[in-house]
Amino acid sequence: MFYRENGQFKTSYEADQALFPIKQDRIFIVLLLLVAFVGIPLFADEYIFRAILIPFLILSLAALGLNLLVGYCGQISLGTGGFMMVGAYAAYNLAVRLPDLNMLVVFVLAGLITTVVGMIFGIPSLRIKGLYLAVATLAAQFFLDWLFSRVKWFTNDSSSGSVSAPVLQVFGFRWESPLEKYLFVLSVVVLFALIARNLVRSHIGRSWMATRDMDVAAEIIGIRPVYAKLSAFAVSSFFVGIAGALWGFVHLGSWEPLAFDVNRSFSLLFMVIIGGLGSILGSFLGAAFIVILPLLLNQIPLWLGLPMSTATAAHFEAMIFGSLIIFFLIVEPHGLARLWAVAKEKLRLWPFPH
Amino acid sequence: MGPFIEVVLGGLMAGVLYSLVALGFVLIYKASGVFNFAQGAMVLLAALAFARFSEVMPMPVAFMLSALMMVGVAFLIERLVLRHLVNQEGIILFLATFGITYFLEGLGPQLFGDNIYRIDLGMPKEPKIILENMFDGGLLINLEDFIAAGIAAALVTFLAIFFQKTATGRALRAVADDHQAAQSVGIPLNRIWVIVWSVSGFVALVAGMIWGSKLGVQFSLVLIALKAIPVVILGGFTSVPGAIVGGLIIGVGEKIAEVYLGPIIGGGIENWFAYVLALAFLLIRPEGLFGERHIDRV
Amino acid sequence: MSAAVLANNSGDAVLETDLNPTRRKIGEVILALENISLAFGGVQALSDISFDVREHEIRAIIGPNGAGKSSMLNVINGVYHPQQGTIFFKGEKRQQMNPHKVASQGVARTFQNIALFKGMTVLDNLMTGRNLMMKTGILQQALYWGAAQREELAHRAKVEEIIEFLEIQAIRKTPVGRLPYGMQKRVELGRALAAEPTMLLLDEPMAGMNVEEKQDMCRFVLDVNAEFGMTIVLIEHDMGVVMDISDRVVVLDYGKKIGDGEPDEVRNNQAVIDAYLGVQH
Repeated sequence: MFYRENGQFKTSYEADQALFPIKQDRIFIVLLLLVAFVGIPLFADEYIFRAILIPFLILSLAALGLNLLVGYCGQISLGTGGFMMVGAYAAYNLAVRLPDLNMLVVFVLAGLITTVVGMIFGIPSLRIKGLYLAVATLAAQFFLDWLFSRVKWFTNDSSSGSVSAPVLQVFGFRWESPLEKYLFVLSVVVLFALIARNLVRSHIGRSWMATRDMDVAAEIIGIRPVYAKLSAFAVSSFFVGIAGALWGFVHLGSWEPLAFDVNRSFSLLFMVIIGGLGSILGSFLGAAFIVILPLLLNQIPLWLGLPMSTATAAHFEAMIFGSLIIFFLIVEPHGLARLWAVAKEKLRLWPFPH
Repeated sequence: MGPFIEVVLGGLMAGVLYSLVALGFVLIYKASGVFNFAQGAMVLLAALAFARFSEVMPMPVAFMLSALMMVGVAFLIERLVLRHLVNQEGIILFLATFGITYFLEGLGPQLFGDNIYRIDLGMPKEPKIILENMFDGGLLINLEDFIAAGIAAALVTFLAIFFQKTATGRALRAVADDHQAAQSVGIPLNRIWVIVWSVSGFVALVAGMIWGSKLGVQFSLVLIALKAIPVVILGGFTSVPGAIVGGLIIGVGEKIAEVYLGPIIGGGIENWFAYVLALAFLLIRPEGLFGERHIDRV
Repeated sequence: MSAAVLANNSGDAVLETDLNPTRRKIGEVILALENISLAFGGVQALSDISFDVREHEIRAIIGPNGAGKSSMLNVINGVYHPQQGTIFFKGEKRQQMNPHKVASQGVARTFQNIALFKGMTVLDNLMTGRNLMMKTGILQQALYWGAAQREELAHRAKVEEIIEFLEIQAIRKTPVGRLPYGMQKRVELGRALAAEPTMLLLDEPMAGMNVEEKQDMCRFVLDVNAEFGMTIVLIEHDMGVVMDISDRVVVLDYGKKIGDGEPDEVRNNQAVIDAYLGVQH
């Protein structure tokens, strides 16, 4: 009833190609941003910022990067955790070794370093596909795990491989409290979501999707597979590298390579699949699902008033988590974003279903 | 020369065990096109069951009971998961097996306990020195490893015959090729899946028993799935002999690298060396050692 | 269905390659294949085949199943590399090259089994056809500002001309996976046209269509040829269509050329009749 586009005539291609061609979508996005930038800071407490919102936003950014690669370009990666690690340690080294460098520059450089690393590990994609490629990216993960825990130069000779990031200082302002950190991360994530949206509606995005859908045909109509695949690895790694740097500097503060191990890679892939492959919204929905679910599962025994040993609780958490993943894959293999799209389509036609 | 041969032999023995786990992967991939990440969790579950059962009953009974349990697990996986995901893309099925992994990783310890359990198969533990007259000081080997290798070889022979010569084996291969086409010629998809997951559950049980008797049954057993993946890549997803040869290559390569390369670049390289080896190999032969070559048609 | 109303006042669809709007004139040889042989392992797909294609003509390749027709297109396309023989394109001897290089020389193509990008809309599929001409850098695209936006819009206008020409306005925002078969074939033609090629390769553009759809497709092929002057190489099984619309026909059988010439000539060629009627050699 409210979600209708009749009466909204577009008289130029510009209007038709706009970011959100439908008026209701524009209103919705503005409201959403208002809630995120103004509403939430008014009401949320420190715990919510620290345990839910900040991790959710940063992981959304990483999932978004991964989704560009997997969902838009069709190249599966199980090395995302490793690439986040590159971003985090690159930012750490830049910040510690060049203390005068502006923090924003540090983050961008960390992203660029991750881009280079990501492209190097993306080279096998030119030869191999699908699950073979997925496993090849595991090689990246394990190699990077090893690199940052064994080569002391990267950790500034700290004994256990753990490092502590300096305080985040941008525009002469120290972003220290959870609220300030939240606003900082939120701005970065909104910016990157916009960039991602722009890329996938431009010709580079189309060359990724064409490669994903039918690589041979894509090459025949003139898309160079080398360029399409490596650019997807590059852009994806840039996003993931920035996310890694944020994860280290803003969320963790101090960390060791274990924070970015293979489980991080797996959970990011879950986010992308459960949220929806090839959907920017899906990256956020998936991240929310994976961040919030364990917190909820932790609470269940408390709500039920069941005394449970931590071991038992952990076992049940794993079992429920596994079951839910299977459940979602069965019910909606195209992810939460598809549910949203279907709902919108229904609403558009309501009350006439045809 | 002696020490080098010992390293190679040690690698071969480790390789046999990798092969056993890889075999489980290959079986399921061949028959259902699913890359089963849960193989490691299945090894853990089977080993835990066997370890705990054999505490209270004779070993053959415990073995039978564990095997039965794995059949039950296969049946449930088919009923609750695979049946609902027919004709989905490979990546979706792959992720579903992650769900299975989490579930089994919770279920196993919940049912059978969280500690480290011993499995004593009565195999000789003490190392043995052979060929003293050929090498200075002889070669130090482990008899247990040889027996394990023998078991693995027998299992592989059996499976190869099963796949190539029986009607069920043929049906399995048909299903792997195309779910829909196989169904349309009257192959009972569901039963085939139960069979193949049972067989790979059985392989997991054997692998779990051998690993368990070497290292004790503990949670870290699930990590050997990660070790077996490069083996499968190297050998090709669809090849039983590939799993064997791949396992041996990885086992030996890893040991040699660990002994001769590790000290130079800082040690601890066994976690990634196998992957890099497999990757280097893939770049030369993208379909793996024994995998089927795929020609793109337009 | 999208209710977006898009005004297009540019009038008749006119593309840059519109060299001769009234009637095409068959010109010089644009593509010459000399002694092409191609084998896969032990299977000889093409043996010693030579023929040429002239500018602005409609050249048909016919032959029974497995005669090597699609392989021939794949050779022209650069997907397969023949073991022997030379290819001259626009007067130049062609080195071994990749499909995307061939595309950048002005060769576009449709496929026997539709090879559209299933996850994308009709509009995006057509826009993909113009990727070769889009030059803005990745940073500009990331901001979608200035040159990048202007470029998008300019190409969108071109694509809209093709959409109008093919009469697929109503489905421009539909994901191609949801379209019926005949429509998908039409969209695929659109994607090839979007590249504004000098030479268009059509692999069984009418296979599996009903009579009406075939008539539409014939009309499009003839219009493309007449209005835009595109050279067309066409594989087709419907003899009626082939004989009606093509200027010259080459006949393949078991990877060998058994006939070449104008439709009437080929129709009366004994070897061709034998191949089609299955006479024992």
